[in-house]
Amino acid sequence: MNYQPDRSKYPAKKADGTLDIDLTSGKYLKLWHGPNHPGITGNMSVELTVCGDEVVEGKVHVGYLHRGFEKLMERRSFIQCFPIVCRICVPEPDFNEYCYAAAIEELSGVVVPERAHWIRTMILEMGRINSYLMYLGGQAGALGQGVIGQWTTYVRDLMLDRFEELTGARIYHMFILPGGVRDDLPEGFKDRLEATLKEVDAVLKDVYDVMFKNAVFKRRSIGVGYIDPAWVDEYGITGPNARAAGVAKDVRKDQPYLVYDQLDFEPVVDHGSDIYTRADVRRRDVAMSVDLLRQILAKMPNEGPVMAKLPNVLHWQIPRGETYIRGECSRGEYGFYLVTDGSRFPRRVNVRGPSYTHAMTLLERMIVNTNISDIAALMVSLHTYPPEIER
Amino acid sequence: MSVQDVLSPFKAWKNLFRDPVTIADPINDRPGAARYRGFHQNDLDKCIGCGTCEEICQNGAIDMVEAVKIEQAEGDSGLRPRIDYGRCCWCALCVDVCMTGSLTMSNAYTWVDADPEEFRFTPGVDKKDWDDAELGYHRPEGLHLTPMTRVEMQEMEPGERVGNFDEIVCGYSVGEALVEADRCVSCGLCVATCPAHMAIPDYIAAIRDQDYEHGLEMLYDTNPFSQVCGRVCTHKCEDACSVGHEGEPIAIRWLKRHITENVPREKYMDIIGGTADGTGKKIAIIGAGPAGLTTAFDLVKMGHNITVFEAQSGPGGMARYGIPEYRMPYDDLDHEVSIITEMGVDIRYNMRVGKDIPMDQLRQDYDAVLLSIGLHVGRSTRIKGTEHKDVLKAVDLLRDITNGIKVKVPKKVVVIGGGNVAMDIARSMARLQKQKYGKVDLTVTALEDLQHFMADPEEVKEAGEEGIEIFDARGPQEIVLTKGGRISGLRTWKVISIFDDQGRFAPSYDEADEMLHKANMVIEAIGQASDVSLLGEELTEALDWNRGRLSVDAEGRTSQSWLWAAGDCVHGPDIIHAVADGHVVADSINAALNEQEEADAKD
Repeated sequence: MNYQPDRSKYPAKKADGTLDIDLTSGKYLKLWHGPNHPGITGNMSVELTVCGDEVVEGKVHVGYLHRGFEKLMERRSFIQCFPIVCRICVPEPDFNEYCYAAAIEELSGVVVPERAHWIRTMILEMGRINSYLMYLGGQAGALGQGVIGQWTTYVRDLMLDRFEELTGARIYHMFILPGGVRDDLPEGFKDRLEATLKEVDAVLKDVYDVMFKNAVFKRRSIGVGYIDPAWVDEYGITGPNARAAGVAKDVRKDQPYLVYDQLDFEPVVDHGSDIYTRADVRRRDVAMSVDLLRQILAKMPNEGPVMAKLPNVLHWQIPRGETYIRGECSRGEYGFYLVTDGSRFPRRVNVRGPSYTHAMTLLERMIVNTNISDIAALMVSLHTYPPEIER
Repeated sequence: MSVQDVLSPFKAWKNLFRDPVTIADPINDRPGAARYRGFHQNDLDKCIGCGTCEEICQNGAIDMVEAVKIEQAEGDSGLRPRIDYGRCCWCALCVDVCMTGSLTMSNAYTWVDADPEEFRFTPGVDKKDWDDAELGYHRPEGLHLTPMTRVEMQEMEPGERVGNFDEIVCGYSVGEALVEADRCVSCGLCVATCPAHMAIPDYIAAIRDQDYEHGLEMLYDTNPFSQVCGRVCTHKCEDACSVGHEGEPIAIRWLKRHITENVPREKYMDIIGGTADGTGKKIAIIGAGPAGLTTAFDLVKMGHNITVFEAQSGPGGMARYGIPEYRMPYDDLDHEVSIITEMGVDIRYNMRVGKDIPMDQLRQDYDAVLLSIGLHVGRSTRIKGTEHKDVLKAVDLLRDITNGIKVKVPKKVVVIGGGNVAMDIARSMARLQKQKYGKVDLTVTALEDLQHFMADPEEVKEAGEEGIEIFDARGPQEIVLTKGGRISGLRTWKVISIFDDQGRFAPSYDEADEMLHKANMVIEAIGQASDVSLLGEELTEALDWNRGRLSVDAEGRTSQSWLWAAGDCVHGPDIIHAVADGHVVADSINAALNEQEEADAKD
């Protein structure tokens, strides 16, 4: 469905390209959407200019979460950065740990044991499922279906139990150390993970029946929030947002890292490119992650070290160099750009979170001519996490 | 859209018939996982207060604080980590880096208190409910954030080295030294343990920075015998090294040596040599060993006139005449001393005080006199037969070998003693035997068992590699003679215990376990004493003594205001201790002379 805005309601453009909005005319109204609105994904806000119940302009405001991670890291030794990075994305922190560790390993020449690669892949897929479960609850919630969030939170909690017994923490796992992973799998972990996956399967089926085969949800989401496939490259759209628009972008397949070249999967692609399709692509992605986890559990070598021998981390100096590590997180391409200068500290760290493009430039364009009541669903459907905008 | 889409959502009703999944009382019914990173625990007995946890904490949540309940021991700073839970992020890097494994985390995760100050606590010291919790995060087996294995020192092969007196240890290459220096966690426990308080973590950091000249400057700031100590120091620092608790301690001694070897000799004087303006004060030092020359080094820097009287023909004292050349090459020792003489210290060799120059004259001619005469007289077991001419003292023999005097080398030799001197003489004689007969036939017998040997383990190991047979826990009973009056061997009994209940030396033997160690010569290496004959009767009477050794105060002063004493003759054999003594005495002499001058100025 091609989305054609009704230009008659639209304010005229001034010579400098900005809109000619006369707030005293009584035609337009300014509205703040967020930062504490339940429909907002995390702490960010959108400054809306509405005409009636239709949005004519939307400006994204971020900065509520700014903690300056990238700058903090320039004054921390390499090992001290390790507990920091996970905080850049709360619901799916493991990608930060993986990308940071992989960047350090590449620049310092530390060789990671084979088994650690498998455990890392497993953790990343577990994290992906968690992230999507949180999204599904949010997406349904934005359109008034509270029960979906309760169900997905239940299985997400089971997954957090698995994280807790594996890594020692539920949210900030801090498990993927440069050089490998901190510890081996606990006794009986595989069985318990399999049991949890079964539960995920069951809940996913319920979610499909109640959320996706639902007249209300369909009416509210099909055809709403259209992303033109032509925008994908223009805006740097990645992940499910691109795949729902028919562009098969998936770093796991395009540039396999860890053990993805040894796993059997095909990226989920669809063509609707609206809220419904994006939700459906993510739902199918969860199913694929469950399948990938089963493959990992079956193919993972049963013995071997999980951690490389490190130099003394207290004064670890890494030779001059730069690298960009990318991976496919639940929201799209996640990347760490790391520059080292031979000292004990990173010279520059730059985190590429997919939310930057999705929640800033893309949203500002998509929000125009949307009905106010659809904004929450639209924002959630882009699946953005503000902390990765404000590193 | 179809009818299905209207009906399907009603499937949600089936959940009405399911049990709730939430836990009603999570605090009691839901303990943290076995690996849960909960609240900290610290085993106070294991913790050494090295502070690596404080060092690695990126939040600055850990402060090392004095823990009054802990008795301070060697290699323990007496500090313990206090954690501020307002800053902690429970990353557990402190647990992972902990050098002893004392710091762990429990699986407890609820703690309620109205007073925010409560959340800054010292685990182990401030008692908590979770102190004894078994579950929780412990450092996984095999995970170390700092390397635990020492870089092996390259040595000459036993077969190659036993025929000569060339130095055995090759020294680290730059690459090896960098890897070894990298292991240091800079905790500084070694600094407190080193008698001379050398700036060990700092000079190791200088190796990492490849700034050897700065390293050398730091070495000579505290130790003018750094080249010597880089080879033969008893390295108490390595016993205190925090890395040694779960791995091999840093090779501090070899790293020190590495710095001294990597600064060109012609640069030494520029880095070390500055002296103050002359004060006109004259100080006599008896004995050119580490204690005497360290005092001389310090005092000449302060601008005093120093004269050293040395009975032997070369400098170094026990470092030269007690330690064989394969451990301490004379060339390096000479270079070490040449810096001190170049700074203006006058060493007069072959001048035995008491014989070539009377003690009284020193007292008259100099403002202060230091006695640093070492331990050059060997003790005897006084068992039957020790008066035989082929029963020799290790120190005498070592001195003769150093002086190049041709010593008697029989085919079979027995050494009595288990200390480093015993190893030195055994290995020296083994070399001479190899040169003369092409084979080694030498036996060492010692009172102690191998676990309690006084000698360094590496000395014992190397002696074994060189073909020396070691019999531990053997008590010497008699030197057995042939009818012709020549030595045929040493008779020993098995030792049951060395000390009695009160801890006094009173060995008891199993007389049934008797051995005869065949030998043509017996060497006694059971300890040394000072030759104090130079003092004369009157002075000997006037001085205080403690078990045959001169008694001095904390500053090295004897009961005579003009006389100080330092080094082995006061504190027993140890070079680094002698160096430390030298610094103390130099400060004391300087202070006394200044005081004197101020008093004179007032008059």
